[in-house]
Amino acid sequence: MGLSREQIAQRIAQEMKDGYYVNLGIGIPTLVANYIPAGMQVMLQSENGILGMGEFPTDELVDPDLINAGKQTVTVVKGAAFFNSADSFAMIRGGHVDLTVLGAFEVDQDGSIASWMVPGKLVKGMGGAMDLVAGARNIVVAMAHSNKGESKILTKCKLPLTGVSCIKKVVTDLAVLEIKDGAFYLLERAPGVSVEEIVSLTEGKLIVASHVPEMKIF
Amino acid sequence: MAGFDKVVTSYDDALSGLKDNMTVMVGGFGLCGIPEGLIKKMYEMNVQNITCISNNAGVDGFGLGILLERNQIKTMIGSYVGENALFEKQFLNGDMKVILTPQGTLAEKIRAGGAGIPGFYTATGYGTPIADGKEVKEFNGRKYILEESYTSDFSLIRAWKADRYGNLIYRKTAANFNPMMATAGKITVAEVEEIVEPGQLDPNFIHTPGIFVQRVILGNFEKRIEQRTVKK
Repeated sequence: MGLSREQIAQRIAQEMKDGYYVNLGIGIPTLVANYIPAGMQVMLQSENGILGMGEFPTDELVDPDLINAGKQTVTVVKGAAFFNSADSFAMIRGGHVDLTVLGAFEVDQDGSIASWMVPGKLVKGMGGAMDLVAGARNIVVAMAHSNKGESKILTKCKLPLTGVSCIKKVVTDLAVLEIKDGAFYLLERAPGVSVEEIVSLTEGKLIVASHVPEMKIF
Repeated sequence: MAGFDKVVTSYDDALSGLKDNMTVMVGGFGLCGIPEGLIKKMYEMNVQNITCISNNAGVDGFGLGILLERNQIKTMIGSYVGENALFEKQFLNGDMKVILTPQGTLAEKIRAGGAGIPGFYTATGYGTPIADGKEVKEFNGRKYILEESYTSDFSLIRAWKADRYGNLIYRKTAANFNPMMATAGKITVAEVEEIVEPGQLDPNFIHTPGIFVQRVILGNFEKRIEQRTVKK
């Protein structure tokens, strides 16, 4: 059995470091905020103009002028800052954000990512995803390893790209993968998931060490 | 109006000169920070063939969504659209052209336009469908694409506080694209929640200096919430 969405988020949260500025995308990445290790200070950046995003508000604290990039009402933490969209993307494009977590449909062994466009379906837009993958120094992709037995960890992305050669780490329901030198390196496997299963569901070039540790999920 | 007094008291005056075929920037992120009354006035004026630059396109029956009811938008330039059924229909029918632009590139195109910079290179979108037909240039071993900036005939923005001279302060995440759009409009109209006399806003805390703003109108906002999410 692979990881649940919450467990993927839990594993990604282990990539955080004290003092990090972090941008979390929509979906599984948003859940990462629930697992920030205790005693660690992390500031969440929301690209619509918040540094220091807090939790969802109580009914009394709902403010239509205070939303996150998913358009949900939020609060801010002590020491937060608001800014306009140009400044926000100066942070992102300029490489000032320490860690970016986002979802994807496909990634490939060259580190390219497809996350915004499925031919035949209405294309709603890329939002800030192309800027995030172009600008972040450190990106973790949260995604499903496969869909109905079809690998999403590919030799070459089939869908239109969001960014080229920009992804270095992927956490799926089955594995933690590092991308370097044109290959996926299997760093960890989900508890109870065999290396063989991961190999069979990975289309791209996969390098497997003699011992692959299990992820630590609590 | 005399001297630097930018305040107008009717929406007719606020959008005087807005015509068919113009390019109009509209501030806001989702429904947050949109100039609600100015959009309604655009709807009432029924201006047609508008090129609209806005991060999103509203929802059915609110925000920019209302302009779709009369097919007023010819070209929509934004980063994320289609939260409304009518938009989807007009897009798929080919009634409306949609130019999807990465959010940061959109912000920078507007910022640059307002700052008199006609284009810039960015790594955003290199190697993706949005780079098609765009010049590629290499800097320090990395490839960038040339993006051209935007200006507008009218920029319709929302601010929190204004003084009569058009100095503006925004509130929380309602700032978003509004400050850049203020700089990029031939005519920038600010719809605001409060207007005070010159000298009553601390010059240290002005976000948009009045030089960028031609008209100020006191608005009355519903401030609809798209995704009301509360703590469980």
